[in-house]
Amino acid sequence: MSDTPSITRADVAHLASLARIDLPPESLDHYAEQLAVILGAVAQVAEVAADDIPPMSHPLPLVNVFRTDEVRPSLTSDEALSGAPSVESDRFRVPRILDEA
Amino acid sequence: MSTAITEPVVPYDEVIAEFDPVLGLEVHVELGTATKMFCGCPTEFGAEPNTQTCPTCLGLPGSLPVVNAIGVESAIRIGLALNCSIAEWCRFARKNYFYPDMPKNFQTSQYDEPICFNGYLDVEVETDDGMRTFRVEIERAHMEEDTGKTSHQGGATGRIHGADYSLVDYNRAGIPLIEIVTKPITGTGKYAPEVAKAYVTALREILRGLGVSDVKMEQGSLRCDANVSLRPSPESPLGTRTETKNVNSLRSVERSVRYEMTRQAAILRAGNKVMQETRHWHEDTGVTTSGRPKSDADDYRYFPEPDLVPIAPSREWVEQLRAALPENPSVLRARVQAAWGISDFEMMAVVKAGALELVAATVAAGADQAAARKWWVGEVTRIANERGVELVDLPITPVDIARVEAMVGAGALNDKLARQVIEAVLAGEGSPDDVVATRGLAVVSDDGPLLEAIDAALAEAPDVAEKILSGKLAAAGAIVGAVMKATRGQADAARVRELLLERLGVAE
Repeated sequence: MSDTPSITRADVAHLASLARIDLPPESLDHYAEQLAVILGAVAQVAEVAADDIPPMSHPLPLVNVFRTDEVRPSLTSDEALSGAPSVESDRFRVPRILDEA
Repeated sequence: MSTAITEPVVPYDEVIAEFDPVLGLEVHVELGTATKMFCGCPTEFGAEPNTQTCPTCLGLPGSLPVVNAIGVESAIRIGLALNCSIAEWCRFARKNYFYPDMPKNFQTSQYDEPICFNGYLDVEVETDDGMRTFRVEIERAHMEEDTGKTSHQGGATGRIHGADYSLVDYNRAGIPLIEIVTKPITGTGKYAPEVAKAYVTALREILRGLGVSDVKMEQGSLRCDANVSLRPSPESPLGTRTETKNVNSLRSVERSVRYEMTRQAAILRAGNKVMQETRHWHEDTGVTTSGRPKSDADDYRYFPEPDLVPIAPSREWVEQLRAALPENPSVLRARVQAAWGISDFEMMAVVKAGALELVAATVAAGADQAAARKWWVGEVTRIANERGVELVDLPITPVDIARVEAMVGAGALNDKLARQVIEAVLAGEGSPDDVVATRGLAVVSDDGPLLEAIDAALAEAPDVAEKILSGKLAAAGAIVGAVMKATRGQADAARVRELLLERLGVAE
């Protein structure tokens, strides 16, 4: 059951673009190999998972953890903006969003 | 951006003759909770920028979200009102994307496990053959969070296209949203635009009745994205759809669907393919323009949100919420119409004016239903239209209207004076009683001054007096008019006429 999942150069390039990571083309094979090893390690779970074990997304056996709808103090705008690389008119200033030629 | 490109369109009648439209509507409702979905920040509209944020809604490292109980409760109540099943167990998911309106780089949403699913909403549309009910099936209603507000700087239009940079206010980021998605709506034929509008109208009515949101389209607390596609016939597979955004009023729901149908028909007729894309509705010019094509960037890599535990609403809770739901608006309408004994046509006028609840409340405050309808659907609606606002947003209450009508009924006001009172109340001059007292408005009921005014009017127009004496009673209107003018409208016209005929010794 522990087939090493295959990751292609194209997969790595796609993931890199989704994650906005600028990978040089010559490194794609290198990362494909490493990612395959990681996926292979995780895939070992499949060896112990049987039909009677439902998939889980959380380690705690809890549901319905709720908060009452009561206002709590917010940060001031100065505090909120203190880590921003650039600020204008009490707003976060961000670079141009659309990549236009 | 591509300004002022006028795309070819096909006349609507021809669209209907050649194509079958299919709709899909996505409505986002901003809940009226006091706090955000996953943190305790307030949700007030119009606060100073970035004053309603905290480490959680700013996506700072180490912060953890906790679900707002009222957010979940509201979602379930909405689902129940839309005849949905409520999931016994469901999770939140991360929708990953890079766009600065969410500082976390993902939106917490629900993916394949929505809390509500498989519902429907019946809507009524006026057709050539009278009122017809269309069933709109609901695919799902799920919980998510709103994004921050970006304002684009530089460039001419304030739009994202051509902007040099953008400014972001995260006050709105994290406010609870419920997204309600229909299944493909088929079988509407030429009524597709009307069905779309009727659906959003009915949905808004239900949401307002539930008290879960203030449902103001112009402030963005209710937003509609309209998916439209055309196919040659109802037997054909679905055509390629476009998704129109920025549809910010009920009227634009109808107009944008109609426009998109005529635009797509022109493309298909020319033998070309409709491109699957987001389109942007322009209220001023009544057209849609191309937004962005669906692309690689829409690979959202959803996965279950590890920071939140699943939601498992107990059946007892769901049934409690179901039992406490307000009466469904369409059931309410049928019941009220029967109680008032009015025709479909009269009922339609009330519903179209958005006046049902107001009229009902006015009746509850003691007014006769016919009078209550007359004021709300007539005078007050006219003023609302003039001001371009919704009836409910005008500063006059059902109690005010009931009071005005009571004064009319008691003979203290006539219709003309009553209209003045309503206008004054809307102008902020106080309650109807305040207005009557301050302005000294009252019907002149003492016959003395009226007789004086009648004599004066008769003396001014002896020819009219002759006519009346010779039996032409219609001529009496001129004298009554003159008396009304002389008394600045404060006389009871019927009483003036009575006195006039008496004076001249003419029988009615």
